[in-house]
Amino acid sequence: MAVQLFPTCLGDVVAQQTVVDAERVLDALGIRHRRPIGATCCGQPAFNSGHDAPARAVAKATLKALDDGSDEPILVPSGSCTSMIRLHWRELFHGTPEAEAATRITRRVRELSSYLAEHTEALSALNPSLAVRVGYHDSCHMLRELRIKEAPRDVLRTIAGLELVELEASERCCGFGGTFSGRYPDVSVAMADAKIDDMEVARIDVLVSSDPGCLLQLAGRMSRQGTPVRAVHLATLVAEALA
Amino acid sequence: MSATRDDVGGTPLPPGWAKPAHQPDAFELTTTTFEERSAKTMARPFARAAIANATDHAAALTTAKFVGTDHDALRDQARQIRAHAIAKLPDYLDQWIDQAEENGTIVHYAADESEARRIVAQICTDEGIQRVVKSKSMASEEVSLNSALEAVGVDIYETDLGEFVVQAMGDRPGHVIAPILHRTKDEVHELFSTMAGHELPNEAEALTAFARQGLRHAFLTADAGISGGNFLIAETGEVLLVTNEGNGRLTTALPDTHIALVGIEKLVPRRSDLAVLLPLLTGHGTGQQITTYVTVASGPRREAEADGPKRMHVVLLDAGRSALLGGEFEEALHCIRCGACQNVCPVYRQVGGHAYGWVYGGPIGAVLTPLFRGQAEASELAQATTLCGACDDVCPVKIPLHDLLLGLRRRTDQDGFVPRGERLAFALWGQIWSRPLLYRASTAVARGSLRTLAHDGVVSAKAPMLRRWTAGRDLVVERLQR
Repeated sequence: MAVQLFPTCLGDVVAQQTVVDAERVLDALGIRHRRPIGATCCGQPAFNSGHDAPARAVAKATLKALDDGSDEPILVPSGSCTSMIRLHWRELFHGTPEAEAATRITRRVRELSSYLAEHTEALSALNPSLAVRVGYHDSCHMLRELRIKEAPRDVLRTIAGLELVELEASERCCGFGGTFSGRYPDVSVAMADAKIDDMEVARIDVLVSSDPGCLLQLAGRMSRQGTPVRAVHLATLVAEALA
Repeated sequence: MSATRDDVGGTPLPPGWAKPAHQPDAFELTTTTFEERSAKTMARPFARAAIANATDHAAALTTAKFVGTDHDALRDQARQIRAHAIAKLPDYLDQWIDQAEENGTIVHYAADESEARRIVAQICTDEGIQRVVKSKSMASEEVSLNSALEAVGVDIYETDLGEFVVQAMGDRPGHVIAPILHRTKDEVHELFSTMAGHELPNEAEALTAFARQGLRHAFLTADAGISGGNFLIAETGEVLLVTNEGNGRLTTALPDTHIALVGIEKLVPRRSDLAVLLPLLTGHGTGQQITTYVTVASGPRREAEADGPKRMHVVLLDAGRSALLGGEFEEALHCIRCGACQNVCPVYRQVGGHAYGWVYGGPIGAVLTPLFRGQAEASELAQATTLCGACDDVCPVKIPLHDLLLGLRRRTDQDGFVPRGERLAFALWGQIWSRPLLYRASTAVARGSLRTLAHDGVVSAKAPMLRRWTAGRDLVVERLQR
């Protein structure tokens, strides 16, 4: 079994640990993996800002890198990047020479946790264990565009000693929203605070999500506030439980 | 004249009520930014808590209302009805006008806001209308009807309890269904006590009784009632109104003249369509199967009828609507104004309706305002969203709000309303990140810079590029462990 792991731009800049941890988990499962050469970014920052031309240019570079003639699954450790590729690339490349390739890639791209959820038996057999109280944050695009909700929870449930609690409003947006976080910092931070309030009520040790963007936002605010909750990617927690 | 009519019975209007309130300030859409307006609400902790509590509560009621039903199928049906009605709007409008005129209703068409104001003011002048009771109408907010009528000497009494408070405070409604969702009971208590001239008990029942006492008298003495309309039924020429306080029925039935100001997009082909749309409107608006009152205004009083208005006018409001027909944003006209998208919006939850600068707040406001007012005035609003999509999932008529907001962002770029700096930044970004080698170099530089700026794995300094991020947040840069 072989897969490709597309780090995404956040994985290349601020969430390198997430990508390394995803690789450790794949290693433990005996799944061969490699990073596609020449992949950059899915184009989402520009696409979601209404700038289709630069979005298309950037996405095209990644498309070329991913379209390598193989049919290996392409795993993405980010719900929103997965959503961008799976749902919006066809629209973005509609009527361009890349349209067909975009359709091909769309079929291969998988959000990481939903892929891991298909290997829960193999994961359990590795006896992952970690005594922590965990809350899961559903990221917006993963939940509402990809409709993935249970998969990451199923993965977390393979970890012995892990107590998974449902947060009061796990589906409410964290306030990141890409450029929104910089455009309206006060509103964005207030939205993060609403999430952090829920975490404090639930008395969790670790907040887990599958989107580096949400984690950047929530970890950043909690760091500033001194909130004693770690915010980590699912891959990181699973890797720690396997270590 | 007003001295004699105040003798009709009931409790005379307290002196302070003859000219309720001062006019609210002008809309701030073009004079302030979303950020500045948000800051005003966010600086009032009680308002923020009130908005969060009220919207959470309303959203929970809606969820509970449809548990165990085939909600999604109902929403699909509703979407089809709305899509059909809007696609054939000119035809249904003609049909509605024919039917309404047959019923004896006088029909007016207002192409824009100023025409709507002029038409209603003219009706008041022609018929010698001096006192008006008004039931809640967002369309009237769009055209700033109250100030236009007061300018020609008409006294207006908002009779929806929330709107009554809004009017007395010189405020504006903060939500399409719950106008004073951003206010607390204590604020209402203070307001009513001032109006009464003595301290009232700070209890909902006593405060409501105070308002009811004066409003009852206003109903009995008003020359005209002005309402909005939730639906226009093409096959019958009727205006349908949902209310919970009974004020809608009194407004439309008691005074000699009833004037309804209704957006043309409120058309539905048949009465039977309401079997689908009504429970969705009320379920998504207030979590009710049906509102306490459903009023169908079907024209003036007929011969041998004991009650009802002697004259009924309907002012059909276009004001930007017909321009959307057949275009990319036509689906915005499907909206039935239930407020559900406001209740689930995580941004609205923090900033309330006024932050959007005009009549409508939340996702639908961020869509309708630039469409109705023009990009030059409101292009910023499409940015005031995280595109989380919660609104799409709740909309009873399945308006793709996320896609419309994204489409508006594109339109903003096409129309040239994107700041030059932003355009250049994205163009440059596109040039660099579309070339894998340059991409690798740029990410290496970014990583290196962050490491340089970081202390203990955290960037918290006010780095020039990150100033807006680090004002309230750190940038956590983890040390890579393999």
